[in-house]
Amino acid sequence: MRIDSLRRAWNRVLAVFRRAPLDADLDDEIAFHIETAIKENVRRGMAPEEAERQALVRFGSVAHAMEEHREARALPALDALAQDLRFTLRTLRRDRAFAGVVTLVLALGIGANVAVFSVVNTILLRRLPFHEPERLVWMATNGGKGGLSDQTYTVAAFEEFQRHNRSFEAVTAYQTFFSSVQYKLVGKGAPLPVAGIEVAENFLPALGVQPALGRLFTSAECHKGSRAVALLSHAFWERQFGGDPAIVGKTLTIDAAPADITGPVTVVGVLPASFDFGSVFSPGMQVDFYVPAYMDFWRTWGNTLAVVGRLKPGVSLAQAQSEADLLFPQLRAAHREWFSDYKSTLFPLQAHVSGKLRRSLFVLWCAVGLILLIVCINVSNLLLARALSRGKEFAMRAALGAGRGRLVRQSLTESLVLSLAGAALGLVFAWAITFFLARQNQMVLPLLSTVRVDAAALGWTALIAIAVAALFGIAPAIRVSGGNLQEVLKDGGPGMSHGRRHERVRSALVVAEVALACVLVVGAGLLLRSFARLLDVDLGFQPAHVAAIPIELDDSGDRLKRGPVLQEILDHIRAIPGIEAAGMTDMLPLDRNRSWGFVARENLRDRKPHGAFVYVVTPGYLETMGMRLVAGRDISWRDQSDTEPVAVINEAAARREWPGQDPVGRLAYIAGRVPWRIIGVIKDVRESSLEEQASVQMYLPLTQADPEGTELVVRTRLPISSIEPVVLGALRRLNPGQPRTQFRPIQQIVDHAVSPRRFLMVLVTCFAVFGLLLASIGIYGVISYSVSRQSQEIGIRMALGATAGRVQLGVVVQTFRLTAIGIGIGCAAAFAVARAIAPLLFGTEPADPLIFTAMAALLGAVALLAGQIPARRAALIDPAAVLRG
Amino acid sequence: MGERLELLQGTLDLMVLQTLAGMGPLHGYGIARRIEQVSGEAVLLNQGTIYASLVRLQQRGWISAEWGVSDNGRRAKFYAITRSGRVQLARDTDYWRRLSDVMGRMLAVAPLAVEREGKK
Repeated sequence: MRIDSLRRAWNRVLAVFRRAPLDADLDDEIAFHIETAIKENVRRGMAPEEAERQALVRFGSVAHAMEEHREARALPALDALAQDLRFTLRTLRRDRAFAGVVTLVLALGIGANVAVFSVVNTILLRRLPFHEPERLVWMATNGGKGGLSDQTYTVAAFEEFQRHNRSFEAVTAYQTFFSSVQYKLVGKGAPLPVAGIEVAENFLPALGVQPALGRLFTSAECHKGSRAVALLSHAFWERQFGGDPAIVGKTLTIDAAPADITGPVTVVGVLPASFDFGSVFSPGMQVDFYVPAYMDFWRTWGNTLAVVGRLKPGVSLAQAQSEADLLFPQLRAAHREWFSDYKSTLFPLQAHVSGKLRRSLFVLWCAVGLILLIVCINVSNLLLARALSRGKEFAMRAALGAGRGRLVRQSLTESLVLSLAGAALGLVFAWAITFFLARQNQMVLPLLSTVRVDAAALGWTALIAIAVAALFGIAPAIRVSGGNLQEVLKDGGPGMSHGRRHERVRSALVVAEVALACVLVVGAGLLLRSFARLLDVDLGFQPAHVAAIPIELDDSGDRLKRGPVLQEILDHIRAIPGIEAAGMTDMLPLDRNRSWGFVARENLRDRKPHGAFVYVVTPGYLETMGMRLVAGRDISWRDQSDTEPVAVINEAAARREWPGQDPVGRLAYIAGRVPWRIIGVIKDVRESSLEEQASVQMYLPLTQADPEGTELVVRTRLPISSIEPVVLGALRRLNPGQPRTQFRPIQQIVDHAVSPRRFLMVLVTCFAVFGLLLASIGIYGVISYSVSRQSQEIGIRMALGATAGRVQLGVVVQTFRLTAIGIGIGCAAAFAVARAIAPLLFGTEPADPLIFTAMAALLGAVALLAGQIPARRAALIDPAAVLRG
Repeated sequence: MGERLELLQGTLDLMVLQTLAGMGPLHGYGIARRIEQVSGEAVLLNQGTIYASLVRLQQRGWISAEWGVSDNGRRAKFYAITRSGRVQLARDTDYWRRLSDVMGRMLAVAPLAVEREGKK
């Protein structure tokens, strides 16, 4: 394009924004022109009137000249838009309350949508924060079901697969039983407990993580006996060392029991802030540092490794899966000593991370979409009401020559302005919500800490703002353009056909609104009931008033010494005033778990041992947790390392191994050659989740089996915060190395376990309440418009003898009709929706009649309440005033 | 005086440039009058139309505008041709000469062609 054309285009754009001064200039010029022409005409001898007439004739239409000038100098389309915008802003400023309400309603709807989108985007849509994450694969045995021990691999299985596979560029692992090693940072003051993860040498390179400072592990550092090294997480580095860049190369004193990393550990690097192990692999966990997993150390420990692979470019997941299906049986055949066949299922890592949440998030997304629809209908209704009251204004403008297209454009501009204002405010809401969510570390949702309103969310906001404007703007725009001019100018009086048609449209909108709200309310009701049912589940233990604290067991691995040490600690703790009971375990229910093989001696001939969750506990633990013995006895201090090995099992274990018989006194093989005597049976304890039935469990004495870490559990009615220093003091007197740990209420662990469900339930309930509110506003609007339109008719009826009660009833019936139709349609839709969300329900039928009835009644009651206000107003109409008016 | 001529698209712009090149700075009324005089009142010109043309030329940078004082002592906007305006004028003049030349020749031969068609 030529330079002068470019310059012209630019000048035209500028001119759009300088309309007023340019117009003033032109006015001056034209005035001068005509004046000069008149003067010249007079000088040529014309009479003054004739001179002026001639001048004006020669000039032509002034309006036309100005219009031509504007078109030539600016962009007519943009100019019209600017004009529409100015006009919209002016009218909205006049109608501040209306604009405020609409903007707020839109902001709530859009804000909720953007916030949910941000969560969905983070967990489901956005790529994992690794290099080429789509090539990363999660490998699990046992179809990915059961406890940690059922899904993980031994060092041997991992190394064999690593060596022989052809599909993967890298196969790597981390040690899953990270809580079994208690790391303490020793330095100034009491030892600080820190969370470390042991990772395979190639773990970080395989994920594509580059250190922010320093370097990753070298091969030599990953073998037992080499110099101890660590990589710090970015958060820990900033928190503990103030982001000191000189940390690389320094040594920390880390005490790790019972692993063999003890003493000075050299920091070789700091990982970037973008790498958050916890949010991907262990939601809710904050990792402080990473150390190499010494494979030689873990070789003898059974299934401990979680395996992640990176596919070679061009290799599909299915190809890798079929290779694994072939390879593992071959490996198994070559290694008779393996106690599992490691039949593996491969998942994309992304699916593993978001897996269980996919459906919940989808439901959430739909719910929030419903809310947006309700918001649109509501705003559409409000705009229609406004369009009606401005009917004459529009008709007047049409009569003055505004084209139909121009009027529609004006109406759509208004919708767009409102929707953009709503979106802007909604973004603020969404930002606040995501800010809040990202700091909820009690919630076990993966990647939650990285939720934020990002570019994608901004794009989504723009998209829904425009879609929403089109949706709610269309009805008012049609209304503006469709009116017969004369009819509108005449109308405005009561009982005219146009008013009635208008009311029908609004009624239909309200029915739709009630129906949508009904779907939301029923859905929320079902989720609420599921949640209540879940909280009613018999956990098999009593979480209230019980708390646990990790402690360090100072027995130098000697089981003979362990009995007296444990007894001494527990005696001291139980002596603290306010402590009702105390015991120890290595793992708590709904927290971590591991499993060992377990089989009744009489079943050994028929089959191999199956997995069972194992808990290594002291006497008194079962009682402290409120676990109930149904047969036999609890573990006692008389069960020592040199007496007969004994075990308490749960009912599920009894059912599996001794169906229909009394297991007490029987013998079972538990990971070893010596049979264990079953001494008691307890009620089933939910160990993996509240939803799932308990699996097979066994409880072994701490004096006879080795624990995976140790938790001291106490029952007290005193506040935990007041007990904590006393307990810690007692522990530190017995063992000066006791780290500065904190009590965790067992209830918190239970809350943790239900937090994803609570998250879904709370949000859907909020949406339902919002939907209910909007529906009632909609009903209120339509009914009160209808009452004011019919006020003359009502007045006449009252003058003819209708009582106030009768009039009120008429309005209530009208409200009821609208609501009933809406609820009818809504319930039918809710029935279909309920079947779709059935997998998310717990102990609740999708077609639960109680919920459907209760929710329909609730919606009906709220609607009638909303209709009550205009009904009351109708009853108060003064017939005399109406007839006179 | 016969029927007045409707202006073809773009011809008014060329007339304005030519007028300013010959007369020096003028205000809108002056330009309009000058065009009417030179054309012997043969051009159908609503004088108001001149202003759209002026703003177009100004935005292209071919003329410049400045507020000044007219002969009768009133404030008026004066337009003057710029250097690039003169270049454009030369280009357009050339174009119009060639076009009218071609048109003249075309129209001179056209009736014969029609006759020949007719004889076939």
